[in-house]
Amino acid sequence: MKPAAFNYAKPTSVGEALGLLAKHDGDAKVLAGGQSLIPTLNMRLSTPSLLIDINGIGDLSGISVMGGEVRIGALTRHVEIENSSKIAKHVPLLALAMPSIAHPAIRNRGTIGGSIAMADPAAELPACLCALDSEIEITGPAGVRGVAAKDFFKSLYETDAGENEILTAIKIPKIAKGYRSAFDELARRHGDYAMCGVVAHGKCDGDIISDFRLVFFAVGGTPVIATDAMDAMEGMAVNDESIIAAQKALDNDLETFSDLHCSATLRMHYAKVLTKRVLTSLVKP
Amino acid sequence: MPELKSMIKDHILDRPNSYIGRSVPRPNAKRLLAGRGTFTDDINLPRQTHVAFLRSTYAHAEIVSIDVSAAKESPGVVAVVTGIEMAKICSPWVGVLSHLEGLKSAPQHALAVKKASWQGEPVVAIVANSRAQAEDAIELIDIEWKELPAVTDMETALDENTPLIHPELGDNLSWQRDFDGGDVDAAFAKADNVIEETYISNRHTGVCLEARGIVADYNPGEDELTIYHSTQTPHMMQSLFAKHLDIEEHKVRVICKDVGGSYGIKVHSYPDEYATVALAYMLKRPVKFTADRLESFTTDIHARDHIIKTKVAVSNQGEIQAFEIDDLTGIGPYSVYPRTSGIEANQVVNLTGGQYTNLNYRARARVVLQNKTPMCQYRAVGHPILTMITEGMVDDAARKIGMDPVEIRRKNLIPDDAYPCKSPTGLPFENLSHHESLEKLVKMLDYDALRKDQSKARKKGIYRGIGVATFIEVTNPGPAFYGVGGASISAQDGATMRLDAKGNVIIETGVTEQGQGAEAVVAQCAASALGVTMDKIKVITGDTDITPYGGGTWGSRAAGIGGEAAVQAGKALRDNIVEVASIMLQCDPSTLDIRDNNIVDVSDGNERMPLSEIGRVCYYRPDTLPKDYQSELVVTRHYVPKKFPFAFTNGVQGCYLEVDINTGFIKFKKYAVVEDCGTVINPMLVDEQVRGGVIQGLGGALYEECLYSPEGQFLNGTMADYLVPMAVEMPDIEVGHVESPTLDSELGAKGAGEAGTGGAPATVMNAINDALYPLGGKVTAQPFTPERILAAIGAI
Amino acid sequence: MSNKIEQVQLDVDVNGEKISRMIEPRLSLVDFLRNELELTGSHVGCEHGVCGACTVLVDGVIVRGCLMLAIQTNGAEVMTIEGQSDSGAITDLQEAFHERNALQCGFCTPGMLLTSTELLQKKSDPSREEIREYLSGNYCRCTGYEAIVDAVEAVAAVRRDV
Repeated sequence: MKPAAFNYAKPTSVGEALGLLAKHDGDAKVLAGGQSLIPTLNMRLSTPSLLIDINGIGDLSGISVMGGEVRIGALTRHVEIENSSKIAKHVPLLALAMPSIAHPAIRNRGTIGGSIAMADPAAELPACLCALDSEIEITGPAGVRGVAAKDFFKSLYETDAGENEILTAIKIPKIAKGYRSAFDELARRHGDYAMCGVVAHGKCDGDIISDFRLVFFAVGGTPVIATDAMDAMEGMAVNDESIIAAQKALDNDLETFSDLHCSATLRMHYAKVLTKRVLTSLVKP
Repeated sequence: MPELKSMIKDHILDRPNSYIGRSVPRPNAKRLLAGRGTFTDDINLPRQTHVAFLRSTYAHAEIVSIDVSAAKESPGVVAVVTGIEMAKICSPWVGVLSHLEGLKSAPQHALAVKKASWQGEPVVAIVANSRAQAEDAIELIDIEWKELPAVTDMETALDENTPLIHPELGDNLSWQRDFDGGDVDAAFAKADNVIEETYISNRHTGVCLEARGIVADYNPGEDELTIYHSTQTPHMMQSLFAKHLDIEEHKVRVICKDVGGSYGIKVHSYPDEYATVALAYMLKRPVKFTADRLESFTTDIHARDHIIKTKVAVSNQGEIQAFEIDDLTGIGPYSVYPRTSGIEANQVVNLTGGQYTNLNYRARARVVLQNKTPMCQYRAVGHPILTMITEGMVDDAARKIGMDPVEIRRKNLIPDDAYPCKSPTGLPFENLSHHESLEKLVKMLDYDALRKDQSKARKKGIYRGIGVATFIEVTNPGPAFYGVGGASISAQDGATMRLDAKGNVIIETGVTEQGQGAEAVVAQCAASALGVTMDKIKVITGDTDITPYGGGTWGSRAAGIGGEAAVQAGKALRDNIVEVASIMLQCDPSTLDIRDNNIVDVSDGNERMPLSEIGRVCYYRPDTLPKDYQSELVVTRHYVPKKFPFAFTNGVQGCYLEVDINTGFIKFKKYAVVEDCGTVINPMLVDEQVRGGVIQGLGGALYEECLYSPEGQFLNGTMADYLVPMAVEMPDIEVGHVESPTLDSELGAKGAGEAGTGGAPATVMNAINDALYPLGGKVTAQPFTPERILAAIGAI
Repeated sequence: MSNKIEQVQLDVDVNGEKISRMIEPRLSLVDFLRNELELTGSHVGCEHGVCGACTVLVDGVIVRGCLMLAIQTNGAEVMTIEGQSDSGAITDLQEAFHERNALQCGFCTPGMLLTSTELLQKKSDPSREEIREYLSGNYCRCTGYEAIVDAVEAVAAVRRDV
């Protein structure tokens, strides 16, 4: 199981990387953490002619707080986010999600940009970003542009980023006063891709929640924003009755699918079980 | 045991300073901890090439044409070989044994000729200067296939309108065995209760962390093949490679260094391994093959794919009155060579219900061919299946009459004082301890307290269950297993011991090390018998040019058979050494012994001389010994069980777990095992065999399954999709022992390597079903996934 | 496939030794260590990042040797089981594994040792659950994990007492 041969380039600036992408138009791949890309190379499921290793681009890495938002460079590794006090304070949802992402050796290497750009529907981070009104910063031949996370994920492994663009940063609003986040997922084994996962975020006033976000992962081709369930809970107290209403709304929100590990029916069941869990956890004192 | 000990002079269990029964760390583990092991892929020879295989992408397809011209021109390619060319050098084989009467299979080639019969079967071999270059060239091979209908469903494999996999065999039935003992019909007719159920054991595989690997070299000057092989059975492989390449056996040397897990996966012969050896022979230079993980999933043997219909009769008082089973198993397109793929079903027929007094037993097993990866023996061969159905039936019976599962076992297990006796199928039980083991387990689990906790929890809507499974296990196999059927598989094993000039001891043994601790156990036996400390001993295994001819490691035989050979060799060498010492010291040999590396007086233990002095005199100054005396400081002794065809062991497992009825996830709260493997040579190693075995059994019971499409495409051939047990979800396991030694050997040790795996699926199934009982749910199909658990209670 | 493949220059510090090689870009770190440098203590188990047998340290943190290209370690410090073992840095862990028989076939062991080392650097008193979680990306078919957890737990206790 060895990759097909490819050439390798390690640019030191985003501009240089973009130049290489343009030159190889569609035949080059960007190598960030490599934790998802390299298995596909090893299995020859992907056979680019050139790998553009962006790990030498210094200014793509790091976590900074600017005004009301936290900016995370695309090359920031999972482990840095996991250990960051800034993240713990300003984006607690990411801190909650991190331990569920694969295993320590993978988190040491994997990057947030890579994870977002790969757009695996079972990945945790895309759902987190959608729930937090984040913006994805993309740099291309025409310059830098921002896309709302909820518009970034188009379909299975498809994003708004063009072939000759590079994802350069993620911007997430700092958590506002009175807001809380919750995260939960069900995976067969710790660190596996989830059979079903959910993130919840909203303003909590006692057991009443508002500005509520409920975003699922591993239930469709992209993160799924459960708008009906969100509407059902908006301004409501979390109790048995409202939870049941939210769970019911999921029948409309989600179109679950079957795969090797989980049937569509079980996914829907889990979505409801997890909804109860995150709602309960959100208003838990 | 006391009577036997008194019959044997100087019994091994009476030795002073004995290592028997001590948890000695394995001396050979240190190199592995330093990253200095030598696994097969670590070996690189001068002028070495690498082979990769183009494998069939279809489950069943005819080869219309193969064009290798472009592949031959690819950079680094040394040779490209097709099945027809390979067949000129390597003869085909048929995986049958005469004692499995009627078993049939078709000739199988190292590389497919004319057609491929499972997805993953090797078709073309590409030899290149690197594995990557060989894989590059595979992509340039143009092969035209004509797809044939695939036979994948074992339940329809025998239907009239199902295509035949090998038309020359006449049908897709490889083997059938029927057994009818006692009066089954009468027992069912008069039974108070009859319970029927269907159990499904799922197809899974070994997933050795070190994939299969082989490095073969041929030296035309000596007409000799040297083969480094990750195998459990060097002598068996020597015999097979010689036979199918038509070379004299002594011209084939198989060397087995460290093996990165085997569990039965590496006890078989594989087409790609024959091909690798044949390529080295053809090219007259070294060829290495290391399977990658994708190849492992589709070409390592699979196991345990069975559907079993069961029927049990039980009286209202809890007396089990009859067992009846109908086992259907699909083994892939060929019976695997040379052990055959009939053994697993044969074990199911032989051993189901064997721990109970009931003698009314009927069984049918049908072994059918399929276009899937071949199945064959894997750790605990048949036992996980037969223990699942036996203990499933016993729990079915207990539930039906409202009896506690421990109580029904107390009532029906063969009494501890009933031995020797026979199983319903006539297999001899020498000495087992079902009741003592069960009572010990009940104590370890604190069974009554668990029952109380369970009922308290239920009131709070928390569903916990206790599972108990007793089992018997075949170990220390004699020639009855394979030799009588015509296989070149040694049942006996030997140990050669040599005292060197400095008083150290070298042992060569035919059993092999797979990490289970065979070398440590052999060293413990030898050191104890001889009277030396472990640090004086070096054990050499896995080289057919050096070690005594032997069977290797399988069937839980290394400790029981290899250990006994080492004991006897140690005793014989001690006699020889004491004889020399008695001449040197001019005393009666019966007054001398060897203890802690010294010749001592038996009476008071006083040291007379170190062993190094014996070595010095015998090797450097034999002129100081009498002229008519020749010392012999090398001895070889062999052992094979003779009184019994194999040594049965027994044991019992129990667990307490909680089922989350919202998610179907289970969480272990307690897991305990009592194992009776006779004399325990090294308690720590036995415990670790049990623990590792249980987790391997839980893997099959909870996670692992080889999934196929109806067309025979393997669907989950990566480690991301084929789920093995990892650390977080697995329980700690308490292990207890009862010791009922076999009198077939002086040592009395039976095997312990497979007990954990054999009993675990039944234990966890019974626990889950105990938890689900108040909800009216029951699972009978492995793996017991959250989805199946939720479906069983109607939650989805 | 038609493009011409250029070999690349790799300068890397492996176990304290400066190494320079021209290599193919597609060569994985673990294949480079095993086949070019003959450091065969790092093992290949799955080549898709699941099993943990190829775990090595790059610039002080554990990574999958199969999910990094060798060329990506240009200018970096790589430490393998051989380097860690020979330096004496993990002697206590190795001894605890030995005493407790926390290995059988030994194929996963280098990865287990390096992963445990990182855990113990991060946390001096991990619970059994935390140990299991940190090792959750390392597959062991032989032991059933309990002995490994015992060994790591024992070393943590001894190191705390020192």
